[in-house]
Amino acid sequence: MENEPQAISFEHVALRTLDGRAILEDIELQIPCGATTALLGRSGSGKTTLLRMVNRLSEPGSGRVIVGGKPTAEWDPIQLRRSIGYVIQETGLFPHFSAERNIGVVLEIEGRPRSEISRRVRELFSLVGLDYETFARRLPHQLSGGQRQRVGLARALAADPWVLLMDEPFGALDPLSRAEMQDMLRELLLRLQKTVLLVTHDLNEALYLASHVVLLEAGRIVAALPSAEFSRSNLPAVQAYVNAVRRGAAKC
Amino acid sequence: MLISGFVAEHGFEIAELTFEHLWLTASAVLLASAIGIPTGIWLTRHARWAKPVLGVVNVIQTIPSLALFGFLLPLPWLGERAARIAIAALTAYALLPIVRNTYVGIRSVDPTVVEVAIALGMTDRQRLWKVELPLAAGVILAGLRTATVLAVGIATIAAAVGAGGLGELIFRGVASVDNRLVLAGAVPSALLAIAADTLLGWIEHRLQRPSADPGSNL
Repeated sequence: MENEPQAISFEHVALRTLDGRAILEDIELQIPCGATTALLGRSGSGKTTLLRMVNRLSEPGSGRVIVGGKPTAEWDPIQLRRSIGYVIQETGLFPHFSAERNIGVVLEIEGRPRSEISRRVRELFSLVGLDYETFARRLPHQLSGGQRQRVGLARALAADPWVLLMDEPFGALDPLSRAEMQDMLRELLLRLQKTVLLVTHDLNEALYLASHVVLLEAGRIVAALPSAEFSRSNLPAVQAYVNAVRRGAAKC
Repeated sequence: MLISGFVAEHGFEIAELTFEHLWLTASAVLLASAIGIPTGIWLTRHARWAKPVLGVVNVIQTIPSLALFGFLLPLPWLGERAARIAIAALTAYALLPIVRNTYVGIRSVDPTVVEVAIALGMTDRQRLWKVELPLAAGVILAGLRTATVLAVGIATIAAAVGAGGLGELIFRGVASVDNRLVLAGAVPSALLAIAADTLLGWIEHRLQRPSADPGSNL
């Protein structure tokens, strides 16, 4: 990872709750440009908090997060967030916006002209494999879980961000839609060459989608490896996680 | 026979007083909305003020209406005209449901949706106009509805300070022990309340169905 340009780096990042419990402890991590990095770990391991520090939904208690060569604290939060795509579980769509307006919302708030938005939205519909004529006018509750997730992904890609943050994006989907979405995303990411940070507790999803896997445990990084080496690693923490998943016992 | 004769005799006066009643109520509800909705919004941004402010508007509600009209009587500018007193008092009563529902309506928007609005880079103003207000509109309107029905009822007491309205007929009827006069004030007032409730209920219902029309997008 050392020779590639760094899109995001975490420098001695730590965070404690008000009563002193550590959420993250001394995180040192470089996220390479144009590749997908998975943050893997069970619930409460701090992976989501780490992700949220990239677009300043959370602030580090100490240390700093560098995004695009500049510490996040020096970014205007609005500009920072608009330059970063954000996808969460299906509940993240605006329930009162049509699919079309949901997808175009980042362009809308940037004040882009209406004709540009509608052109870009049509592109995005085909990019995520949804038929514009059929789905454009539908409200989120009129879409299936998989379709909602496609809309969410299209929305995150609308302003062509250079970083994409994904927090358990397929967590609410049934196994079949989940596999389908993973295939689509994998193909899309290979094509778009975005820097992606993916939070998941699903080992197979991490290995399938990411080129690097970072394993977190109780607020600490216990392993950061290329995915190809992850399953073969001798690190006890990695073996424990892999074995737990194989036994089907990873309750997250 | 009796009734038609009575209506023929007092019809014009009833219509005039109904109109006056409507005018007092509508001015008060509009004024209360102009104060109450921004206040409710402000409280969602300054949560530590929510309790004291809601407490104050709550206390206003507990003042007996007749007493409140009396309190306002000696005030400099307000006390000069009866209609001013009436509108000020009605506004004060209408505030609670409007402020409370605006505050609660915005606060109860799904926190995930609010967080996504922030994460996508919406400014505070964009979040308010594009996400929070549309999603809270039903609750805010329900508050407006409660305030209107409340104001229509309390406005009958405004006649006590000479502000007119349908209360005039009721007070006169009570004084002269004429039940027809009491009813001539009470029935139109009840009908006004029902009409306002139905109209606002219909608007509320329309708002509950979110529009997917991209024509109103930007």
